[in-house]
Amino acid sequence: MLAFILRRLAQSIAVLLAVGLVAFALFHYIGDPINAMVGQDTSMQEREELREKLGLNDPAPLQFARFIVNSVQGKFGLSYRTSEPVGRMILERLPATLELAFCAAVFAMGVGVPMGVWTGLYPRHWTSRFLQAASLIGVSLPTFLIGILLIMIFAVILGLLPSFGRGNTVQLGWWTSGFFTFSGLKALILPSITLGLFQLTLIMRLVRSEMLEVMRTDYIKFARARGLSNRAVNFGHALKNTLVPVITIAGLQLGAIIAFSIVTETVFSWPGMGQLFVQSVQFADIPVMAAYLLLVAFFFVVINLVVDLLYYAVDPRLRGGMTTASARGH
Amino acid sequence: MTGANAPLLEVRHLRVEFPTRRGTLVAVDDVSFDLAPGEVLGVVGESGAGKSLTGAAIIGLLEPPGRIAAGEIRLEGERIDNLPYEKMRRIRGAKIGAIFQDPLTSLNPLYGIGRQLIETIQTHLPLSAQAARARAIELLKEVGIPGAETRIDHYPHQFSGGMRQRVVIALALCANPRLIVADEPTTALDVSIQAQIIALLKKLCREHRTAVMLVTHDMGVIAETADRVAVMYAGRLAEIGPVRDVVKNAAHPYTRGLMGSIPSIGERGHRLTQIEGSMPRLTEIPKGCAFNPRCPDRGDRCTRERPELMPAPTTQAACWQYDPAGVGTKARETVDA
Repeated sequence: MLAFILRRLAQSIAVLLAVGLVAFALFHYIGDPINAMVGQDTSMQEREELREKLGLNDPAPLQFARFIVNSVQGKFGLSYRTSEPVGRMILERLPATLELAFCAAVFAMGVGVPMGVWTGLYPRHWTSRFLQAASLIGVSLPTFLIGILLIMIFAVILGLLPSFGRGNTVQLGWWTSGFFTFSGLKALILPSITLGLFQLTLIMRLVRSEMLEVMRTDYIKFARARGLSNRAVNFGHALKNTLVPVITIAGLQLGAIIAFSIVTETVFSWPGMGQLFVQSVQFADIPVMAAYLLLVAFFFVVINLVVDLLYYAVDPRLRGGMTTASARGH
Repeated sequence: MTGANAPLLEVRHLRVEFPTRRGTLVAVDDVSFDLAPGEVLGVVGESGAGKSLTGAAIIGLLEPPGRIAAGEIRLEGERIDNLPYEKMRRIRGAKIGAIFQDPLTSLNPLYGIGRQLIETIQTHLPLSAQAARARAIELLKEVGIPGAETRIDHYPHQFSGGMRQRVVIALALCANPRLIVADEPTTALDVSIQAQIIALLKKLCREHRTAVMLVTHDMGVIAETADRVAVMYAGRLAEIGPVRDVVKNAAHPYTRGLMGSIPSIGERGHRLTQIEGSMPRLTEIPKGCAFNPRCPDRGDRCTRERPELMPAPTTQAACWQYDPAGVGTKARETVDA
C-alpha cells in the first residue's frame, strides 16, 4: 500500500516536471521575453545587461532548474501585462473557479448518478427512454451554446438570474466566497449548470450502462435469491459495483471542469482563472500562461492520486495482495 | 392446514412463457410434481429442457420477459406463484434457499463474506448484529470452512472455488429454509471438489430436514444424491420416479436413451448408445409427444396426441406405451440410409 503511494507520487512528480518543461519552453519559444519587458528605445547593450541580470544567458538546464525551484515556492514572476506577481493574480482568481467547479461537480454527480441508477434499473420505463434521449442533447450541445441559451431564457426573458459576474462575495482571509450571499448563490446557478451539464449526461450514461451490466451478474441474482430488499440489492450491492469506473471518470471530469471552465467563464464573465487565462493569451502574457499550465497539471495529478486511493477503498481485490486476485468475476 | 404427509412443495401444471416478437415461446409446459419435506428431487435433462426455469419459477426469479402463464406453485399448502414481489422476497431466503451454478460469481466481490452472511441473516431473522455474526460463524463451521472465526472477515477472492461454494451453501442456509433450489451446484467445480460439495449438501439437508430440488445434467450426481428423479424434455416432464427405478428400469424411451449414454466401468466393450437427432427448438416442438421424431418406438398416436404422465411399471412416464390403447399403429420403420 505504502509502496504503491510512493510509486504513484514519483510518477506524479515526473508528470509535473514534464509539464514544467513545456511551460518553461513557452518563455523561450513564444517571443523574446526581453522584448516584452523593455521599451522600443532600449539599446542593445541595456538589453544584454538585462538578459545577463535575469540569467537568460545561463545554460538551459540551469534556467529550467531555477524555474522549477521558483515554481515550487509559488514564485511565477511578474505578469507582462499588469506587472503584478503572477502567483497573487492566480490566487485571487482561484476561489471563483474552484467554487464554480465545485458547484458544477456537485450538480453533475448529484443529478447524474441518481438518473443513471434510475435509467439502469428501469431501462424500459418511459422516463428512462426520455432521459436517455435528452442526455444525447447534453452530450452533443457545445458548452457556450448551452450557456447562451440559459442566459437568454433565465436572464433575458424571465429575468430571474444574473447573466454575468459572481454577485456579492464575502472575504474569508485570502479566499473570496460567493456562497454566503444571496446574489452570490444566484450568480452560481447558471454557470454551474452550463459547466456541469456535459459531465452530468456523461456520468448518467456511464452509471446507466454499468448498472445494466451489474444487474445481470450472478451475485445480484443471488442477492435477490437470498431475499434481500430491493434497496439493499440496488444500492448496497449493485451501485457499489459500478463505482470504480464512475470514480475514474468523475475524477477526470473534475479535473476537466477546473481546467476547462474557460469557455463558461468567458460566456458568464466569471472572474476566475479561465478568464485570466484567456486575457493572458490575448496579451501573450507568458508567465501567467505558464503558471496556469502548471497549476492545472497539479490539479490533475492530485485528483488522479485521490482516484487511485479511492479504488483501494472501494475494491478489496486491490488491497493486500496476499492472495492472488481472481481473474474471474466482475 | 398441512397434514402430516402433505407435500412441502406442489407444482401443478406449471407453464412458463417467453413472449417474443416472433410469437410466444413455451419454455416449461404443463409440469407437475410434488416434493416431500426433506426429500431430494433430482431434475435432469439437456440444456434448454426447462429445468433451470422451473427452479427459477419456484423461487420467483424468472427473468422478464419470462413469466408463469399458467399453473400453481404451493409451498406448505400456500400459493406462492402469484405473490406480490415484496411478499415473495420474504419467502426467498427464509423458506426457499437457492444455490447457483458458479460460486465464483455468486458472491459480491466488494463485500466480505461475513457482511453478506450477516445481512442475509438479519433480513430474515430478528437477531442483533452480534448474534447474527455468531450465527454466521456457526454456519461457516457447519459447511466446513476451517478457521471460520477469522475467515468470516475475508473477501470472496480470498477463497478457492470449492470454499466459495461452501460459503454460498451457508448463505442459502442462513434462515434455515424448508427447500433449497440448487441449480447445477457443482458444474463449475473440479470433479474432486464436486463430490465433497454434494456430500456436504446431502448431509446438511438430512440434518436440517431441508428438501432439495437439485437441477443438474450430471446423472452421477443424481444417482448419488437424489431420492427421486424428474426427467425433463423440451419443457415437459418425460418421466418421474424413484432414483433406482429411473436409472435401472427407465420407462420412457428418452430416459432409456439418456441412461444408455452414460459410460459405466462394468460394461466395457459396449458402445454407448446415443439418441438420434437433437432436442427440438422451443419454436418447433412437434405435435403430440415432443420426443416422437427421435423415438424408436413411436406410433401414429404419438404424432397426434400429447401423452400425460401415466403409471409405468415402476415410475410415472409420459409415454403412450403405458396407456391401455398403446401407441397406435407403428409407423413404417425409418431406414437410415
